[in-house]
Amino acid sequence: MDKLGSVMVIGGGVAGVQASLDLADSNFKVYLVDSLPSIGGTMAQLDKTFPTNDCAMCILAPKLVAAGRHQNISLLTNANLKHVEGKAGHFKATLTRRSRRVDEDKCTGCGVCAQKCPVEALDKFNEGLSKGGAVYVRYPQAVPLIYIINKEKCLGCGICEEVCKAGAIRYDQKDEELQLDVGSIILATGFDEFDPSLKTEYGYGRHLNVVSSIEFERLLSASGPHAGLVLRPSDGDIPRKIAFIQCVGSRDATCGTDYCSSVCCMYATKEAVIAKEHMNQIEPTIFLMDVRAYGKDFDKYIERAENEYGVRFVRCRVSSIEEVPETRNLKIKYEPEDGKLIQEEFNLVVLTVGIKPSESNKELAEKLGVELDKFGFFKTQTFTPISTSKPGIFVCGVASSPKDIPETVTQASAASTGVGELLASARGTLVKKKEYPKERDVRGQPPRIGVFICHCGINIGGVIDVPSVVEYAQTLPNVVHACDNLYTCSSDTQEIVKNRIQEYGLNRVIVASCSPRTHEPLFQETIKEAGLNRYLFEMANIRDQCSWVHMHDHKAATEKAKDLMRMAVAKAREIEPLERVALGVTRRGLVIGGGLAGITAALALAKQGFEVDLIEKNKELGGFLRKIHYTLENDDTQEYLRAMIDNVYSNELIKVFLNSKVENVSGYVGNFKTTVTLDSGSEVKRELEHGIIIVATGGEEYHPNEYLYGKDHRVLTQLELENRITVAADEKFGNVVMIQCVGSRNDEHPYCSRMCCGEAVKNSLKVKEKDPEANVYVLFRDIRTYGIMEEDYKRAREAGVIFIRYEEENKPKLAKIKSEGKEDLQVSVFEPIIQEDIIIDADLLVLSAAVIPPQENGTLAKMLKVPLNEDGFFLEAHAKLRPVDFATEGIFVCGMAHSPKPIEESISQAKAAVSRACTLLTKDTIEAEGIIATVNPNRCTACELCMLVCAYNAIEIEETKRGKVAKVNSALCKGCGACAATCRCSAIDLKGFTDMQMNLIINTLR
Amino acid sequence: MKPAEKEWTPKILAFLCNWCSYAGADLAGISRMQYPPNIRVVRVPCSGRVNPYFIIKALQRGWDGVLVSGCHPGDCHYISGNLVARRRFAVLKDLLEYLGIESGRLNFSWVSAAEGEKFATVVKEVVEKVKALGPAERLVKR
Repeated sequence: MDKLGSVMVIGGGVAGVQASLDLADSNFKVYLVDSLPSIGGTMAQLDKTFPTNDCAMCILAPKLVAAGRHQNISLLTNANLKHVEGKAGHFKATLTRRSRRVDEDKCTGCGVCAQKCPVEALDKFNEGLSKGGAVYVRYPQAVPLIYIINKEKCLGCGICEEVCKAGAIRYDQKDEELQLDVGSIILATGFDEFDPSLKTEYGYGRHLNVVSSIEFERLLSASGPHAGLVLRPSDGDIPRKIAFIQCVGSRDATCGTDYCSSVCCMYATKEAVIAKEHMNQIEPTIFLMDVRAYGKDFDKYIERAENEYGVRFVRCRVSSIEEVPETRNLKIKYEPEDGKLIQEEFNLVVLTVGIKPSESNKELAEKLGVELDKFGFFKTQTFTPISTSKPGIFVCGVASSPKDIPETVTQASAASTGVGELLASARGTLVKKKEYPKERDVRGQPPRIGVFICHCGINIGGVIDVPSVVEYAQTLPNVVHACDNLYTCSSDTQEIVKNRIQEYGLNRVIVASCSPRTHEPLFQETIKEAGLNRYLFEMANIRDQCSWVHMHDHKAATEKAKDLMRMAVAKAREIEPLERVALGVTRRGLVIGGGLAGITAALALAKQGFEVDLIEKNKELGGFLRKIHYTLENDDTQEYLRAMIDNVYSNELIKVFLNSKVENVSGYVGNFKTTVTLDSGSEVKRELEHGIIIVATGGEEYHPNEYLYGKDHRVLTQLELENRITVAADEKFGNVVMIQCVGSRNDEHPYCSRMCCGEAVKNSLKVKEKDPEANVYVLFRDIRTYGIMEEDYKRAREAGVIFIRYEEENKPKLAKIKSEGKEDLQVSVFEPIIQEDIIIDADLLVLSAAVIPPQENGTLAKMLKVPLNEDGFFLEAHAKLRPVDFATEGIFVCGMAHSPKPIEESISQAKAAVSRACTLLTKDTIEAEGIIATVNPNRCTACELCMLVCAYNAIEIEETKRGKVAKVNSALCKGCGACAATCRCSAIDLKGFTDMQMNLIINTLR
Repeated sequence: MKPAEKEWTPKILAFLCNWCSYAGADLAGISRMQYPPNIRVVRVPCSGRVNPYFIIKALQRGWDGVLVSGCHPGDCHYISGNLVARRRFAVLKDLLEYLGIESGRLNFSWVSAAEGEKFATVVKEVVEKVKALGPAERLVKR
């Protein structure tokens, strides 16, 4: 029997949504199941996200809307899995869909029912900090936007039924059961927050002004209980001094949670920064054990928090909190590192709660027959980070261990690759193609412009007088309709826009809201669904470039918004429908870099039937992984690598180019051409054609200049120690001193190399295992054993490894001491608790050297026209939600090319890059941009200046009846407009940014 | 009230390339960096798209200053559009000075997508410069 081309994704948080989108975009049918009445998960509850401070809802909403409207995704909300039978390729799942008491097909989400509902129920989305009715949606931008009646709270008074114009209320609606036949299952069940009342010493639930960090997040949110004002629960006062207590329910054996929740250091810092931004008088203090800012650009964020925002970090574990009865302030007793006991009073205490495995995991594991780990997360292995113990069932995100949003999104895409490999033969068998209504021909018609102005909660509305901008827009020429929306990006507003297009016969649409860079595609899709050409659209950026940057000058911001409105209308009057040419796709991939990430990506592409060219600069495959011999879980990495390399060479679809480098890249998404130089004695050049590029150029170990490295044979790097441990069977190690952050977190390499703490713990355990008499000292700044690795840190301490903290400005010193005719290595380090120097005689000094980007990254980045970050690693399109994409379509990044990371994360990223690539490779054609240059042959004098400035060789001079004229190749033109600005006869113009449109904008000055 | 009696504040037109400077301007917003409300942004695909004529036209129309901002050299999304722009504006600046337009009215900068803070600083500087110069009237057609 053939496998089924459909997938069930359980959990509709950002992980489930990303996995669903990738699968649906690569021709699988997806059933996205969520036990809540709407998708969005925890991320929808977040105010902002670190380290970019992006508004969580703003970046998530487009994905939710895309999932909600995708023709290959069926949303099954308010539903639970009952049981599953079958095996990989053929599962039969039975679900229960609980009654909403609202007819899904009829509800328009208008919300009148909720306004009229007399019941006051605590709003769970706002963590019980505000009230809503018994009929509600979880959050204003909910997808699907369908109300639900809370059975427990509903009085059955009948008011909602009376006021519902759509007749959607159905008190008698029953639960229903449904069956799904799917080829595979993805678990994306997310997590639960740790219940802070279990830590009784912190007084949560007893002291009013002790709140959980998730409650605090809602307090910060513009759509939260106080519309973004930070007010303390007891009296509504602004809390001046706020204390954040870290590791509440993390790294805590007393609660059975002796893992690190991975995200709390960063999210507490983010909350502190944002609180400070909201109200400058706030003084935040964060009490923590280590600053675990191990991710890309995280350390920079911490530095800014400390230096620019004045966030205070205090290293200690707070033992108890007392309430002052008169003021309801909170007294915290703590002992900083110097050991002096301090008592300090705070107005508000935030308990930074950790991540707990979802309560539902246990039941799910039983129903599905998959294993959990000892904490209750779904069990995975180092080399198969997205596979559960049962074939055909994959897991992603926090369901398998604590992780942040980019890693969650990465794993979601990776899980989609897992499914793609399994069900490749069934791809496309169960999907429908999206049909759009026929495009209305609006050419020659007078413009009828519709304007939609967004409040963005209070992001815009709190600064700009939106109603007055609406009023103003109505006075502008050709504007036949203008209105405001709370969130123009929400799925209900898309319906409103479509309806208004019909109702008012609109043929141009303007949205005044956030940035076109993030939201233009969403709105273009909407007007396309309403029969308008997608280019009949214009945006006015009144948030990112107006309300957010003129927060304190409401009048000027409103004036500016009106000007921007006038400019948008001026352009919109002149915009025209543009055509997108369909381009063929070369169904072949190019992977640059033959280390772990590159090999994994090449194999994953080949498993799905695509041919791959794999380019490696060295004479053999394997990269950085060749130097790693074992993992914390004791996996044999070399054996794994050998097997992978064998698979590569035995796979007919993969062609390996060793000793090779990329010489030139041309073309565009779907149709790249790459020249590769092979250096095998004599240089040979090869031209390769492919539809996508995956960049997996890896990282290198830093060669330390510090601590006599290279000058004394007793000074090694971690990788060298690892080699020595593996090679020497029964060595005596004596005193081993490890120094962390050598070459990391300094001026030269300001980032954290992420894997060194794990490496040090791993190697110290190995040393102790081989030679129990050895003494191991780890000198560290922060121990960043995030996630489950925390357990190994604990294991190392129990095994007798001694960890000593040092400050950046007081680094350990190395001296050579002559005694008895030989020179001893002596390390001295200032110990902050006893406030004295400790001196250790070292038989081996092991440096945890940084991971640095390969030098060639710069050249390659230029060739591919993709950016590097300040540290020299490749910069992805979006730090949170597009972790493996580049802004340039068709090019992806994975592994250490992106940033330093351990094995399982490199594997996840490689698979994620493949998933993103497959959304292109599985298509017959992709559409080219409509914004390209055009030549008016009547004005062209064939002077060839345009040819000179065109970087893409997209212009040629053609002989016509009228003589020579320039001609633009629409497949090669990227639409930069350099030719148009260079032409002396105004013969070339750029569609979408025409001379006329620019002139009209310039003319809008009042 | 006659225009002269109103308190004069400069109006500055900014052409920002979509890939770097416009994104940098967005980042300034995301990071809530505050800058004076005197600029009006026109999004263009590339600084190379900006025809010198647009700038002359803007000065004729009464804009007090113009900012053109693109990707850093080498970072251009379209390979070299920003370099084309740089050559073009070097010549234009000379021409305008010859016509009696102060060089401070025409500003060119590189701002990347990661430089929100730099964008805010550039805007502050340009606004200060143009403020000191006063209203642009040399080319204005009455």
